[in-house]
Amino acid sequence: MNGQPDIVVLLFGVILFLVLATVLGAALRKWAATEWTMEFIDSYTARVTSWWGMVVLLALASIFGRLGLVVLFALISFAALREFLTLTAKTRADHWSLLLSFFVILPIQYWLIYIDWYGLYSIFIPVYAYLFLPIASALRGEPTRFLRRVAETQWGLMVTVFAASHVPALLWLDLPGFAGREILLIAWLVIVIQSADVLQYVWSAVCGRTPVAENLSRSKTWEGYAGGVVSGVIVGVLLGWLTPFTVWQVALLAGMVTLMGLMGSLVMSAIKRDKGVRDWGTLIAGQGGFTDRLDAVVFAAPIFYHVVRFFWSGS
Amino acid sequence: MKRLTRLTRRFAALVVGHGLVLFARLITAPRAIWAGVEPVAKQRIYFANHTSNGDFVLAWAVLPPHLRKKTRPVAASDYWLKNKLRAFVGGEVFRAVLINREKEERTEDPVDLMVAALDEGSSLILFPEGNRNMGPDPLLPFRTGLYHLASKRPDVDLVPTWIANLNEILPKGEVIPLPLLCTITYGEPIHLRRNESKEAFLKRAEKALLDQRPDTEVQE
Repeated sequence: MNGQPDIVVLLFGVILFLVLATVLGAALRKWAATEWTMEFIDSYTARVTSWWGMVVLLALASIFGRLGLVVLFALISFAALREFLTLTAKTRADHWSLLLSFFVILPIQYWLIYIDWYGLYSIFIPVYAYLFLPIASALRGEPTRFLRRVAETQWGLMVTVFAASHVPALLWLDLPGFAGREILLIAWLVIVIQSADVLQYVWSAVCGRTPVAENLSRSKTWEGYAGGVVSGVIVGVLLGWLTPFTVWQVALLAGMVTLMGLMGSLVMSAIKRDKGVRDWGTLIAGQGGFTDRLDAVVFAAPIFYHVVRFFWSGS
Repeated sequence: MKRLTRLTRRFAALVVGHGLVLFARLITAPRAIWAGVEPVAKQRIYFANHTSNGDFVLAWAVLPPHLRKKTRPVAASDYWLKNKLRAFVGGEVFRAVLINREKEERTEDPVDLMVAALDEGSSLILFPEGNRNMGPDPLLPFRTGLYHLASKRPDVDLVPTWIANLNEILPKGEVIPLPLLCTITYGEPIHLRRNESKEAFLKRAEKALLDQRPDTEVQE
């Protein structure tokens, strides 16, 4: 693994950053006076805590190599799918199709990723799950809200399993001169998107005026989005040494994934609003679940995967 | 020898109890929302909605261990005495207060049994609908047991306990549970008011329980 020294440098860098971020949060808390700043700091602290979680989990999983990362993302998908399907339309007649989603489709998708069967994992959920799950529901003979039930289940699978599985799929990209360093691509993607996400929040708070979609989320503004994408590009370029891309390429890719991530969060906000919840789950008390923390990464991952595969992959 | 078997059984009950708690937590990742009361050691009757056989386990498993030790679910003897395994789980793991739902057959009055358990210092988990609710209505009309308990032991807190989602996790007739998220909401306690009629009290108790339903469930 010629990526080893870079991984160690990155890990130390990230840990140093998180220590500083944690200390900063504690210092801000002492100094905070108003209700508004307290709320801001609570949200900030929750983010830092979830970053610690992500770093520890990613680091632990990568000790076990590709298998570790595939298992980690399969578990994350499981948790996210559970949060998603808790809120979607369903009746007793869907029991078997939902069981299949959790215990058959999800494991098969990740197993296909692990054996690198690109031709099948690319269509497994969009084609096979899409056609077969409604059959499992229809055989039970319950017409009430049928289309809504099967559509919402399929949508949940597409986002929380299909899209999410493209993050570990990055490990099998055949990039010339990059063998053994693929995990750095995942680290780059996650760090860039998380930074853009939090900086979008900061920019929105500082100079946000025009809401992107007022009825979906008041904290998301066009000024924040612009600031988020610019910040994401800067972070992406600064971390460009992790990737096999040139400066211009890395800037374009960073812009693409941050924009996709921000829009993904917006889509998930729309669903949360429709279902009448503030957060998807309760991973951290009062601060949301797996889906809330990873919606942006999940939306960006398939596009990032396919663009990189199309333009850079050797095979 | 007898003492040894008793110890073994108690140990087995402990192991099975912990196993069930772990299993329930893995499957439903249950979250207790203490909306109207704190999880403190105070004698209570938790009265809950009943949609699935799993509620029994869950309402018990989600309590903090120090409360769980002192809390006994109230359950139907026709179900829990059907075979030896059920009798062991119901009687020794949950230490359920088993009551007979058939008026003609029973020798002991269910309310007396529950009052006796309260007098020993236990808290109770009670499903006042009496039967599992399979219909579209969120609650079946309460049976009168809750009222009789409230009039005989008026100082005990009656805590409305709403179990959300469990009917979807394990619908009737299914064996494999779906791993959806489940919440258990504990509301503000109620007590029997002076001169309150049976009907008025039961209506008030039903409303107190319905008020604990999460918004997402009400919306549908």
